[in-house]
Amino acid sequence: MTVADQYSQHLPHNAHATKGTAMLERTVLIGSTHGLHARPAKLFSQAAAAAGVPITLTKTGGKTVNAASILGIISLGIGHGDEVTLAADGDTAETILDELARLLLVDHDA
Amino acid sequence: MELQGIGIGQGVVVGRVVRMSDPLPDPVAAPSALTPAEEGDRVTEALGAVAADLLARAKRAGGVAGEVLEAQSMMAEDPSLVDDVTLRLAAGATAERAVFEAFAAFRNMLTELGGYMAERAGDLDDVSQRVVARLSGVAAPGVPDRGQPFILVARDLAPADTATLDLGQVLGLITLDGGPTSHTAILAREKSIVAIVRAVDAADLTDGDEVILDAANNLVITSPSAEQLSQAHACVAARAAHALAPVSPGRLADGTPIPLLSNLGSADGAAAAVALGAEGVGLFRTEFLFLDAVTAPTVAEQRFEYERMLRAFPGKKVVVRALDAGADKPLAFLNDAREENPALGLRGLRALRASEQILRDQLEALAQADAATEADLWVMAPMVATVEETRYFVALARELGLKTAGVMVEIPAAALLADRILRHADFASIGTNDLTQYTLAADRLLGSVAAFQDPWNPAVLRLVAEVGAAGAELGKPVGVCGEAAADPLLAVVLVGLGATSLSMSASALADVRATLADFTSEQARLLAELALDAEDAASAREAVTTMAATFLDSSSRSEPSRAAHPRKVLK
Repeated sequence: MTVADQYSQHLPHNAHATKGTAMLERTVLIGSTHGLHARPAKLFSQAAAAAGVPITLTKTGGKTVNAASILGIISLGIGHGDEVTLAADGDTAETILDELARLLLVDHDA
Repeated sequence: MELQGIGIGQGVVVGRVVRMSDPLPDPVAAPSALTPAEEGDRVTEALGAVAADLLARAKRAGGVAGEVLEAQSMMAEDPSLVDDVTLRLAAGATAERAVFEAFAAFRNMLTELGGYMAERAGDLDDVSQRVVARLSGVAAPGVPDRGQPFILVARDLAPADTATLDLGQVLGLITLDGGPTSHTAILAREKSIVAIVRAVDAADLTDGDEVILDAANNLVITSPSAEQLSQAHACVAARAAHALAPVSPGRLADGTPIPLLSNLGSADGAAAAVALGAEGVGLFRTEFLFLDAVTAPTVAEQRFEYERMLRAFPGKKVVVRALDAGADKPLAFLNDAREENPALGLRGLRALRASEQILRDQLEALAQADAATEADLWVMAPMVATVEETRYFVALARELGLKTAGVMVEIPAAALLADRILRHADFASIGTNDLTQYTLAADRLLGSVAAFQDPWNPAVLRLVAEVGAAGAELGKPVGVCGEAAADPLLAVVLVGLGATSLSMSASALADVRATLADFTSEQARLLAELALDAEDAASAREAVTTMAATFLDSSSRSEPSRAAHPRKVLK
């Protein structure tokens, strides 16, 4: 299964977009088998830093951290299947959040 | 000049020395003489430099190691960390102390999370030390990166050091501390790195010294002569040829089969062990599933790992040891009581009985994995002292559907009553490392008593003989899975004492296979008798070495490889 297939299959079930007036959010379930540990966290925070706008990541029932901070992300202790919410604002937010949500859905440990 | 130590394996290597620097002391928590802005500039420079250095190393390393280094590079410039450091600087801390405390705060968070996250704590410590070193103007601690292979000299290596050790750069290891069962020694055996531990005088070696590291003869030769160098290079070539010999099942010169098995600490080494001719697994350690875990892994999690390993050995014997925790590997959920003498405390089967559900889950997972795969699964209990414990474990294993259940013989009491224990157990497996530690009453992890940790000691061999005799009498297999089996000549002696299979690090298989093929059963028995009659380990080794040479000389078989055998040629 390609990454794109996996995304399109998972998206209807566990990702949804909330269009607000300014802040945009995406809530997804983590795909990596061992959660957001070193490698998936690295890939994700690199992508978040490259986006160039402030993005936050909130673990449902937990803290909110800067999505570009690998330490912040690792310290949330996010496991496989955990629900997290991404948030950003600005013109590019929609594209950026889609891309980041896709990274969270893929199983980087497979 | 020659430095004495304890050689690991049979290898010889020539190279230049690089010393590993000692860990830095914690920066003092004194108020800074600089302004927060000035300290902030220092931090920015140091974080940037360390991040750039780690990124450059990541590019050179590539692969999994490169990924870890790249993640570390990002940790060095992490925005959350920078925020935390800035707060601490504003409160008047020095750059060194602020960086140290900020990393420590994140480290504690990761440690509390446990599991995969906790394993990253060591990565953070490493970054923290690098930044503090940069700020203090001293060399970064840890394993140096020289761009060309070297012989690493260290006081001892911590698991965190070896995890990030670029093995492609390390020709050999010399440690000042540690014994033959230290972490360094185990790593060296697993990765086939030529090593000498407990080389106390290696403290005088300096960066760039050329040395010959001769593990077979327990020596480091400093300032070697041209003649010594050419002999060493000949040894290296001869041993390389040895390793290229085709792999075949282990057998004595008279054809008696002695299956040669591998010790494994996770499923990852299985393919390499098969390639080196392992005829199965004689000791599969299951601690890796439990270490760093806050709670015991589930049956499903365990089953996944067991199946992964069992699938590498279809139709072959795989002996799995139940969780052996305590003493050197405490586990919070099993036994976290402080004990005066943990090696003599609630460990091995004793700890499992006290938390029986953990043992039941493990055996259940093993039974499920066994049913789903083709390997011939045997299970054994660690640290068994009594007949009653044997009956308990065997009954529980049977109840959970495991067909072959045995015990480790590591405690002298179990060896002395092996005839009674083997009436209940399907097999015995002798763990020579612990058996030696308990027989000589010498902590195997304590460098100052490392000299006692010698399995050639006739007292240890006599206990092995007890188990061998009981196994022969009752027709039950007796394996040896300690590192003693990896010493080729001692392996012959163990067979002479009644061992029916030998299990060792896969890297030792080639040497042991070649040496077993040189001796008949009768000769192995004679060598065993010589060793049993000796007064101490050194004289046992010497008597056996001399007699073995006589057997080989009198043998009419032509042995072209014999002249090039590495042992003793440097003397």
